[in-house]
Amino acid sequence: SCPLSSRCCAPSSTAPAMNCRAEVLEVSVEGRQVEEAMLAVLHTILLHRSTGKFHYKKEGTYSIGTVGTQDVDCDFIDFAYVRVSSEELDRALRKAVGEFKDALRGSGSDGMGQISLEFYQKKKSRWPFSDECIPWELWTIKVNVVNLANEQERQICREKVGEKLCEKIINIVEVMNRHEYLPKMPTQSEVDNVFDTSLKDVQPYLYKISYQITDSLGTSVTTTMRRLIKDTLAL
Amino acid sequence: MDTDLSSQDRKDLDKFIKFFALKTVQVIVQARLGEKICTRSSSSPTGSDWFNLAIKDIPEVTHEAKKALAGQLPAVGRSMCVEISLKTSEGDSMELEIWCLEMNEKCDKEIKVSYTVYNRLSLLLKSLLAITRVTPAYRLSRKQGHEYVILYRIYFGEVQLSGLGEGFQTVRVGTVGTPVGTITLSCAYRINLAFMSTRAGEDNGAVYPSVEDSQEVCTTSFSTSPPSQLSSSRLSYQPAALGVGSADMGYPVLFAGGLNAAHPHQLIGPGKEGGVPPVPSQPAHGTQADQERMCTPLDGVHYSAATPSSSEDTETVSNSSEGKCGSPHDLLETIFIRKVGAFVNKPINQVTMANLDIPFAMFAPKNVELEDNDPMVNPPESPETESPLQGSLHSEGSSGSSTGNTHDDFVMIDFKPAFSKDDILPMDLGTFYREFQNPPQLSSLSIDIGAQSMAEDLDSLPEKLAVHEKNVKEFDAFVETLQ
Repeated sequence: SCPLSSRCCAPSSTAPAMNCRAEVLEVSVEGRQVEEAMLAVLHTILLHRSTGKFHYKKEGTYSIGTVGTQDVDCDFIDFAYVRVSSEELDRALRKAVGEFKDALRGSGSDGMGQISLEFYQKKKSRWPFSDECIPWELWTIKVNVVNLANEQERQICREKVGEKLCEKIINIVEVMNRHEYLPKMPTQSEVDNVFDTSLKDVQPYLYKISYQITDSLGTSVTTTMRRLIKDTLAL
Repeated sequence: MDTDLSSQDRKDLDKFIKFFALKTVQVIVQARLGEKICTRSSSSPTGSDWFNLAIKDIPEVTHEAKKALAGQLPAVGRSMCVEISLKTSEGDSMELEIWCLEMNEKCDKEIKVSYTVYNRLSLLLKSLLAITRVTPAYRLSRKQGHEYVILYRIYFGEVQLSGLGEGFQTVRVGTVGTPVGTITLSCAYRINLAFMSTRAGEDNGAVYPSVEDSQEVCTTSFSTSPPSQLSSSRLSYQPAALGVGSADMGYPVLFAGGLNAAHPHQLIGPGKEGGVPPVPSQPAHGTQADQERMCTPLDGVHYSAATPSSSEDTETVSNSSEGKCGSPHDLLETIFIRKVGAFVNKPINQVTMANLDIPFAMFAPKNVELEDNDPMVNPPESPETESPLQGSLHSEGSSGSSTGNTHDDFVMIDFKPAFSKDDILPMDLGTFYREFQNPPQLSSLSIDIGAQSMAEDLDSLPEKLAVHEKNVKEFDAFVETLQ
């Protein structure tokens, strides 16, 4: 039920860590536009937060692989975006977004929800304590699903949502350009605490995706992995 | 100012800035080619991919960029600019965007050149990739082709924004501080897309800013797509599809040269006043077509009718099939036959490049059947005595020519039969009516076969007569049983 995380780890501290910057984006879309809109935003963020694969050499230096990119055209939105050329990454995001979309459609939802992309670092703790996940950047995308009555409205929505997404991309790029805190480049032994090294062609920073659906009563039904693990581990 | 920077660092920094400038130009120009870009990730470093990004180098573009830079680097007061403009087939042009790579005086002495600056330049290139897709010129460039093309021009020196019209907007892509100054990348883009009609005797040159003929300024203007690329992108549509969608049917479907236009319902009205902004087509068709991804070749081509204008004699097809990355030309390979009657197959690719008003038609792919070989266009000589059956198959007035392709010589007009739904399905009423009037010839009635069989018949007559003579008695007996 819970969406994807790049690596399983114990719940991070409940409050965002001191250096975690948080950005919130809001979009109103039609039901069939949810997936593409979410993918566009998530892929744009991850484009900026992925590097080529690191290859460490004996002297402690490393070389970096090459990141390819490709254009994606949306079918339901007048919009196109660039994503990293990595089928694994695309699949992972599509899975998470698909689950979010299904949850949004589910009963008890009035079409409002949010999907979060969190970048974190792992901090090793000694046994018996499990590793800590310290977020350093949190992106929240609030989604409001609208229902449209006729084809003309849908056509307008295609264009309007396209324009809105253009604005969001510019917002994202603005944040990226601030060159604020980024984890230090890790040594070979530390690389898995900073990057997701499980993909074969690119290396995004460690990230996890979670979502919340606002049910019709206005309370949020949380499905973050954090909560689940906390409950099951009952630490 | 440079005393703190080691000579090695200085050398590295200069190299980074130089290649960053070249890559910036590549990204911008490639984003305006009208095609989807796709490059592959590689886990092993190749050593030639600057900034760890797979950005192809189009040689012509690199050449022009180097020419503009002329060995210099962006510095204070000396910016590298890439101007993107639109030029219609009638010769009107309009500046759409100016991308500026500038350097200001704000230095960051503490920053590490070989590491931090390099990585931030890489990040800035990624931002550039993202931003080049969100300015209005991107969508215009994806639809370029017959009606207009997108051009680029690189110059070095002072930024000139006057050609962008009033109220242009600016978007900042990003900045990177270095020990010698801060690199800034931004884009100023036109928002007033109302077309300046310069046909009526206005200053044709008004659109372009006056460029000083100084050494630093490169005033070359040329097409974004070099001719070879242009032809492949314009002509990489399925010729077969045209047969289904257009020529002999006379629908004014618009041809978007950018093959992968994902939004065929937004079309550019040809030569309209203020016609550059997209013209929405009938929504009932448009959205439906948009939703289909490319599947089989038969399904994979979508077209939509433009709002016909009075002088519509251009013929275009827009294709919403996205295709996989790197293979927009797959559709070329598919040629299929459509059955139009029980014994008649109509090869779809009978529409030839020569019939269509496409530039660079000579670069058309070779697998399109030439007019000369097509029996439908050039029928064999008809015999002097026409069989009555043959005569009835031809519409009145087209004596001798046994084909249904008279339409090929005519201007396409919009044909809307009464009570027909105006969507472009292959067999709607208009299509049916037209085909019914000019059906292709039955294969069994083709001249060659007819002539042959008649000859055979004549030869075999004596034998048949002889056989019948022998059986005369049987025939008589049979006749008697009938009485």
